[in-house]
Amino acid sequence: MVKVRYGISMMLMLMILLSGSIGWTASLPAVGGVFPDLSPGFSLPKPKDGVVIIEIFSMYCPYCQKEAPNVNKLYNKIQASPNLKSKIRLVGIGVGNSAYEVDVFRKKYSISFPLYSDGDFRIHKLLGEPRTPYFIGVKINPDGSHRIFYSKLGELGDVDKFLDEMIRLSGLK
Amino acid sequence: MTKQKAFFSLSFLASLLSILFLVSTAFGLSDAYKNNIYQPGQLKAIDSKLKVKLGQMSPDFTLKAVSGGNVTLSQYRGKKNVMLTFIPAAWTPVCSDQWPGYNIVKDLFDANDTVILGISVDNIPTLYSWTNQMGNLWFPVLSDFWPHGKVAKQYGILRSDGVAERAIFIIDKKGIIRYIDVHDINVRPPLENLITAVEKLK
Repeated sequence: MVKVRYGISMMLMLMILLSGSIGWTASLPAVGGVFPDLSPGFSLPKPKDGVVIIEIFSMYCPYCQKEAPNVNKLYNKIQASPNLKSKIRLVGIGVGNSAYEVDVFRKKYSISFPLYSDGDFRIHKLLGEPRTPYFIGVKINPDGSHRIFYSKLGELGDVDKFLDEMIRLSGLK
Repeated sequence: MTKQKAFFSLSFLASLLSILFLVSTAFGLSDAYKNNIYQPGQLKAIDSKLKVKLGQMSPDFTLKAVSGGNVTLSQYRGKKNVMLTFIPAAWTPVCSDQWPGYNIVKDLFDANDTVILGISVDNIPTLYSWTNQMGNLWFPVLSDFWPHGKVAKQYGILRSDGVAERAIFIIDKKGIIRYIDVHDINVRPPLENLITAVEKLK
């Protein structure tokens, strides 16, 4: 009987470990909350007292394709500003896209900011399975901690207004 | 129940649950379709028996195109390689995020002298509404609606519930089948596999 109990305990532990490694379906990132640990595969950049904007996309998503030039415009605006360039990082995660597919997207739309592949939807699941495109804004505090200040489905809209909103909501100086 | 039986039963249960966690979701979804996508859940990976094989002449067919008129497979013979992409059903998760990807890589197919024919057992009005959400597809979308699934049946990929498999057939300019992928219906075939296959036709 002791061995059976031991077996049950081992199985439960195995299930917990397995579910942890592959990820339960989480909730969408909430404003005010903490960005989930997505390693391995993606590490949140940590610009000191800065902002990270994460685009969740797929090369198979028509809206993401349509939005790509607009996101490039946002990136170029950030890069063109001496003040924002070092403070705001823009990254993309291609959910359900192999590295090859992410590369196709990068080349097709001449994307200069870093793109990551989430071929097996592991990250997608950890982020609560957002539809695409989905944008998340994270403020990195001077002490290295962070909080989500923006989490929204859909296109950016007007790039200038979006950038202003990122600055205002994050409290970036 | 003996201790061994109890142990094996628990092991089986743990494995089953782990698999369920793994396969509970396996697709993304563009916001282009809003909340109009039907969720069929996890389906049996393959539910048909293939009737064609590599190296054989492709069964010819003529189907109605969503854009109007008919398309006959053999009209490409001697001119273009053809990639047939069968999808199970319009307005379902994986299918809705498959052809829009092919839509941005026309150059890769052009470079390998290959055209795409998208095929579904849905009727024309349904396919019209659905593909309109994808932007302007550069390749013909054909309806295998009536006689229902006739072409899918010819190729041996009509499932028992009347939808087609998620299947790819690549046919060379001589009409010979050079690549077959009857894919797990729940998963999209990786693009690199298809591009590698058409590159081999050179």
